[in-house]
Amino acid sequence: MRLAVTAQGVDLDSAIDPRFGRCEYFVIIDLHTEEFEAIANQSLTASGGAGIQSAQFLADRKVDAVITGNVGPNAARALRGAGIEVYTMTSGTVREAVKAYKEGKLSAVSGPTVGSHFGMGPRR
Amino acid sequence: MVIAVASGKGGTGKTTIAVNLALTLERDMPVQLLDCDVEEPNAHLFLHPLLDVSEKVALPVPVIDQSKCNGCGRCSEICAFNAIIAIGTHVMVFPELCHGCGGCSRFCPVSAISEEPREIGVVESGRAGQIEFVQGRVNVGNPLAPPVVRAVKSKIDARQVKVVIIDAPPGTSCPVVASLKDSDFCVLVTEPTPFGLNDLVLAIDVVKELDIPFGVVINRSGLGNKDLLTYCRREKVPVLLEIPFDRRYAACYARGGRLVEEFPELKEAFWGLWRRIRALATTGQTEFRGPS
Repeated sequence: MRLAVTAQGVDLDSAIDPRFGRCEYFVIIDLHTEEFEAIANQSLTASGGAGIQSAQFLADRKVDAVITGNVGPNAARALRGAGIEVYTMTSGTVREAVKAYKEGKLSAVSGPTVGSHFGMGPRR
Repeated sequence: MVIAVASGKGGTGKTTIAVNLALTLERDMPVQLLDCDVEEPNAHLFLHPLLDVSEKVALPVPVIDQSKCNGCGRCSEICAFNAIIAIGTHVMVFPELCHGCGGCSRFCPVSAISEEPREIGVVESGRAGQIEFVQGRVNVGNPLAPPVVRAVKSKIDARQVKVVIIDAPPGTSCPVVASLKDSDFCVLVTEPTPFGLNDLVLAIDVVKELDIPFGVVINRSGLGNKDLLTYCRREKVPVLLEIPFDRRYAACYARGGRLVEEFPELKEAFWGLWRRIRALATTGQTEFRGPS
């Protein structure tokens, strides 16, 4: 079981990034071995379709589920097509997100949680 | 001759200049007016053309034959707009992101991709007095204006028509570039305000990049400050015409009136504008040296 968390940094104590397609990093954790890797999001600067490209990226990495703040309509459709479950959590760290997932405290969403271009605001 | 009327800042008077220039010339030569501001065409409000031809504009978007797909992912790799993704042999298309380049179907090694047209807008044409009138309109919700702009420009009739006037969209983005491309001259309309000057400088960058001779029309002259004129003098940007800020002109515009028909002094001024454009466009010089 491989779980991805959108993160603002490269380790387990990094804060969750509430944006999906335009998050800073994907932290991908193997729940069996507890190993993880952080990969900078190449779609961050895409002119459009960042959520779609990110879904393709996670599918290529054989990710089973993703925890993020929000997903837009295109990302939701692409993730559903890729068979990747989506869980939302808007604050906390990657470690807390994994813990909450393991304890069954997160619930899966089936559709978009925000409109298009949600993550395109000014950079913090 | 193709004359594009553009501006950096919106609301400076592009349509006013384009429409009144067309009205000035229409009795003396064949004129075509193209409203390329396809997100909000408004020249028709002043010219009231009879639009008797309407043609749909469509883009070819991919359709996948899943039974042929071998899951290679080539389509997704080459798409610059993330409009198509391949998850194994499950290929998903996002039509609203597709720019219709045809790359995915061309490079699919097993010919699993065909194309179907997706309607994105309409081109309407007809006549307004002596003026041949064409306008484009993108469908609401469709973000892709340039293909509609190009469809409008495909109606340019260079053999029958002496002067083609293009009313461009405001700004400096893709629809503006599509409107200005291949024009013989560009009229940049601005106003003597800090916003007007700031956006004029951006627009001049675009026009220079496209290598189109250009000049400036200062609308609402007398408003704001002197920075615009100082800039034009310093950079040797030709000022083709100044239209004074006058409440009567504004009132005429507001009720959809025609400046050159209501104000003889403006008719004369627009003839002067035409003569300057012709001089600059035919000599290709970037600086106007004649009497001003």
